[in-house]
Amino acid sequence: MPAITYREAIRHALAEELERDKNVVVLGEEVGQFNGSYKVTEGLLAKFGPDRIVDTPISEAGFIGMGVGASMLGVRPVMELMFWSFYSVAFDQILNNAANVRYMSGGLINCPIVIRGPANGGTNVGATHSHTPENVLANHPGVKVVVPATPYDAKGLLKSAIRDNDPVMFLENTILYGNKGEVPGEEYLIPLGSADVKREGTDLTIVTYGRSVLHSLAAADVLQKEHNLSVEVVDLRSIRPLDIDTVLKSVAKTHRVLIVEEQKPFASVGTQLTYMIQREAFDELDAPIHRVTTVDAPAIYSPPVEIEQLPNPGRVLKAALEILN
Amino acid sequence: MSKKATATSKKTTGAAAAESPADAPVNRNLSKVERIELFRTMVRIRRFEERSLRAYQGKKIGGFMHPYIGQEAVAVGCCSLMMENDHVITAYRDHGHAIAVGMGLNEQMAEMYGKATGCSKGKGGSMHFFAPDRNFWGGHGIVGGQIPLGIGLAYGLKYLGRKGAAMAFMGDGAVNQGAVHESYNLAALWQLPVIFVIENNGYSMGTSQSRSSAGELAKRAEGYNMAWDTCDGHDLYTVRAMMDKYLKLAREQSKPAVIEIRCYRYRGHSVADPDNTYRTKAEIEEYRRTKDPIQTFQQQLIAAKILTEAEAEEIDQAARAEAEAAAEFAEASPFPTTDDIQKDVYWETDNPAERKSQGRLFFN
Repeated sequence: MPAITYREAIRHALAEELERDKNVVVLGEEVGQFNGSYKVTEGLLAKFGPDRIVDTPISEAGFIGMGVGASMLGVRPVMELMFWSFYSVAFDQILNNAANVRYMSGGLINCPIVIRGPANGGTNVGATHSHTPENVLANHPGVKVVVPATPYDAKGLLKSAIRDNDPVMFLENTILYGNKGEVPGEEYLIPLGSADVKREGTDLTIVTYGRSVLHSLAAADVLQKEHNLSVEVVDLRSIRPLDIDTVLKSVAKTHRVLIVEEQKPFASVGTQLTYMIQREAFDELDAPIHRVTTVDAPAIYSPPVEIEQLPNPGRVLKAALEILN
Repeated sequence: MSKKATATSKKTTGAAAAESPADAPVNRNLSKVERIELFRTMVRIRRFEERSLRAYQGKKIGGFMHPYIGQEAVAVGCCSLMMENDHVITAYRDHGHAIAVGMGLNEQMAEMYGKATGCSKGKGGSMHFFAPDRNFWGGHGIVGGQIPLGIGLAYGLKYLGRKGAAMAFMGDGAVNQGAVHESYNLAALWQLPVIFVIENNGYSMGTSQSRSSAGELAKRAEGYNMAWDTCDGHDLYTVRAMMDKYLKLAREQSKPAVIEIRCYRYRGHSVADPDNTYRTKAEIEEYRRTKDPIQTFQQQLIAAKILTEAEAEEIDQAARAEAEAAAEFAEASPFPTTDDIQKDVYWETDNPAERKSQGRLFFN
């Protein structure tokens, strides 16, 4: 299988879906002529033209809301947010309109829109540009929330998201864009709501998603090599729908759980996971559930300190050893 | 009557008279039957609203309700011009538009009663009526929040190659919301076939226009190089003549416009507004006496020998009876069940045979 970058994987997914369905359009700031702020959409304008690849003004409430309205008529817009952090200026459009319109219309209206872009810290851009809103988004019934960690997952999940008839929030990561991974040449889809065991193990389950999957895998390597501890890493891939069954199966095997997430701790995705695990697998647990989150403060700018504010292999290793010792 | 109200009415009446809107082709070509139907629709809105208010006072309806009484000529005038690919979206004062696009009174009243037979199965309430089969996309609760969706309908029409226009209604309070200005810019930038209709009833909730908005409302379109116009909203013919002109430009040349239609609401902003702080009873009475859109149109029809007083009375009685029957229908209908709470959230869970995703979508 050829190795391509996470960025290319997303681009290939967009190109394939644009090719497949003429109702798919890509809109966002700098997606066309500029070739994408993070070059995800590079070359798409040349291939699909300005009706399909649309540069928008910096006007998130306007153009995201426009996409929501167009989706009600049957267009399938894929909207790029330059940063998911900018969702706050379009909050009403995303979480009042897209999330609620099906419900408030008694099921008469569908909203097949995808909103995608990077949502991560770790790039020294300060608190305004480092939000990870997957918990906030997932708190709104009506939307789906997907956070891929690898090129393979990003491509297969994005293609499913574009074909989905519900609004899907697709959260990428600027630090992962350059990462390479094997992606098959032939078409494939990954269903939303299917977790993936990225590493099998018997002593500890790490439940994680997004870039934290990579930190967890790195820590698991060290735990195996230096401490002879066998760690299972479950990558959720999708927050809503949530594949809790795969998590519970792993818990039944290892009896110890560490949640690793790039989230502020209060009411995070991990909070929900913790509730569900204790509720549904209480007797399987041999220790309290631990977690590694973002240190609870707005994102700090200072580059070396930001690394320590976020989950990283060292923090995961330390937390794992606390549970296992 | 306040000085402001006098000035407004003089200006708009003068403008309307000069254009002879009743003689505009879009009105001149109306048959007698069509004119009577326009009248009937306005009367039905009024009687439906009055019956709804009684139901609200009787605690049959919960939450908020924003009566449209006094503004009937706007929704009826605009929506009567709709063609196959024309679409409508509005804010929470939505009953008039819903009736004007042809939604039945039963399903609307039942919706407000919170019943399963309501247009949204009791899930939306007064502010959230929808009828996509009639190109009516709500019914939205947040001031100005529906306007980006409105340009989305226009963008969708253009992208899908359909010749039509979207009418995005808002109140005069909405013009100060950022989302509205973002929508103006996008509509003008991309020449989307959308008419932004400002229903200017003079009050942004309890704050008068002079206390809430700088400058002329529709004129703000100039900043976006977009056409704009204003008209009197008490006269049905005037509304139709004005909107016909700009709807044609939207449908045929994909030109957006901002149209401010001056009207007046007789009731408070919502049922929660005691309406005793920001305007005088005399002002309301003066509007009722001199500018009522239903009375105005009725007199025009009688003068043109299209309608008699007796026929008008019959139409009124029929509308009252229809509203009463809607209340009875609503009363007799079942409430949704607690099992219904989690239906209509996701397309996928409502269509389980076609579900592609896995995992849990609900977290109880």
